[in-house]
Amino acid sequence: MKKLSARRRHPLAALVVLLLALAATGGLYAAFAPADKAQADVAAQSLAIDEGKKLFAVGCSSCHGLNGQGSSDGPSLVGVGSASVDFQVGTGRMPAQQPGAQVPRKQNIYTQAEIDQLAAFVSSLGPGPVTPTKEQYTSTNPEDISKGGELFRTNCAQCHNFAGQGGALTKGKYAPSLEGVDAKHIYEAMQTGPQNMPSFPDTTMPEEQKKQIVAFVRHTTSDEPNPGGLTLGSLGPVTEGLFGWIFGLGTLIAVAIWVAAHTTKAKKS
Amino acid sequence: MSEEKLPESHGSAGEVADHGDPFADPGLPAHEPRRTDIDERAAKRAERQVSLMFVISMLATVGFIASYVAIDPDKIVYIFPLGHVSALNFALGMTLGVALFLIGAGAVHWARTLMSDVEMPAERHPIEADDEVRADVIQQFRTGAAESGFGRRKMIRNTLIGSMALVPLSGVVLLRDLGPLPEKKLKDTGWKEATPQKPLQLINMSTNSPMTADDIVIGSLTFAMPQGLHTHDEDFQQRIAKDALMLVRIAPEDIKDDTSKELGFQGILAYSKICTHVGCPISLYEQQTHHALCPCHQSTFDLADGARVIFGPAGHPLPQLKITTDEKGFLVATGDFDEPVGPSYWERAR
Repeated sequence: MKKLSARRRHPLAALVVLLLALAATGGLYAAFAPADKAQADVAAQSLAIDEGKKLFAVGCSSCHGLNGQGSSDGPSLVGVGSASVDFQVGTGRMPAQQPGAQVPRKQNIYTQAEIDQLAAFVSSLGPGPVTPTKEQYTSTNPEDISKGGELFRTNCAQCHNFAGQGGALTKGKYAPSLEGVDAKHIYEAMQTGPQNMPSFPDTTMPEEQKKQIVAFVRHTTSDEPNPGGLTLGSLGPVTEGLFGWIFGLGTLIAVAIWVAAHTTKAKKS
Repeated sequence: MSEEKLPESHGSAGEVADHGDPFADPGLPAHEPRRTDIDERAAKRAERQVSLMFVISMLATVGFIASYVAIDPDKIVYIFPLGHVSALNFALGMTLGVALFLIGAGAVHWARTLMSDVEMPAERHPIEADDEVRADVIQQFRTGAAESGFGRRKMIRNTLIGSMALVPLSGVVLLRDLGPLPEKKLKDTGWKEATPQKPLQLINMSTNSPMTADDIVIGSLTFAMPQGLHTHDEDFQQRIAKDALMLVRIAPEDIKDDTSKELGFQGILAYSKICTHVGCPISLYEQQTHHALCPCHQSTFDLADGARVIFGPAGHPLPQLKITTDEKGFLVATGDFDEPVGPSYWERAR
């Protein structure tokens, strides 16, 4: 320190201090300034919106209008949010094959990158439910399955059947089977209420509960424990009745024929 | 079997009446006796077999009642071809099935081995029977009764009476759970405790917490129960069967029924979740058409039009609960439903 303090009046001392200060400022700036990244994000976002707009013009605008304002053939997309786009396009429901009571699930023709671009464009039209992250719909707690089961029976089972096999609604509409549906898409359907499904917004069904329902549905439709013996497709009375009529009555008829065909007469030998 | 043990066959029965007539009645083939007809040991064995079946049937009925009492309904066991099944269901089904099957099997075995199997052709007669015929019938009945051995084979008779008398007990045990008559239980619901001075909050059944009007968005479906009811209450299932609500929000301009609009709060309508046909929980709600559908018999209600029945066997619209908000902004009810919820019954006013 003595050496340093002895030279503090050196003619070049001010220059050295200035250089040090500049280096420190520059270093701190480089370390903490978010400006570059933010600019890149904004640029990527606006690029995605632009790309999405092009895709939208090709695939969606004939029904939903060039700016997503809706027309007689399709509803307005202002405020539906990216979760809705991710669900509808991700499950192949949109673009719709043909008008009808219900738009069915079919082969998805877009890549996830393209879906994200479309979602970016649609969510730029107005705020709405945002595509969930993997943590939001992936449960790691085994208790979630039973909690989700209770929530499923309260909120979902009436349409989608107690085992998620789906069911009929009015005039050709139906609640689809949940078998093999992505966790993300189940979550998004609850958020957005696609087609005639009511929505279950976070205000009445918090994120945590949606995650539990997803855990239950994935568990039940994949590795079902089968506590009642034969499930017969878990469809309820239809398959059970068919089984009863064909196998139950069939066995009774076979026994009756067997009884009638076998006599106990003693043959004279 | 030696020839001399067989009784003489009836020669006349097997004869062809007239060789010249191609359509002549060929008559019955000669009667052939069964082993039990000619071998008393075989008959005794058959008798024991029949009785054994009836005795096992009795044991199975006792087993049914014992299983009903003894087996824990939650117990799950592994049974090979079925996988993991409920022990109680399996035991009840097996014992009742065995009890009923063995009565039938015993009766069939009895008829086929011990009761007379002599062919008895009966010509058609006028309906009136003279005294001679009646006397003959009574004689035949006596003969039949004697041949069935019902009076003689006391073991079969007693075991049959025993098994037939015990089987209806299964029904008594099951039906007893249906309980006493409904009395006035269907007239009011858990919402009757609500008054304008002391309203009851609507509790969201998913989150177990009260809701503000802003929580319910258009197109959403929410289920609610009255404040003070808890899912772990002992009588929860009985109470929620009448108290359950479904909350929907419909854009006020889409609501067609003015009374319904007034009962709701800013387009939020609270309808009973219980179908007015036979009381199924009904909440297959289509948010675009505002139709709610009952899964049991397809009764369809238009929630935008006062839950009017637009299809199906239901006789009444769904009862609607009047809701408003309290000073904290939570949704509350200030009274019970105007009319009984759930299915029609005799004493119901309309």
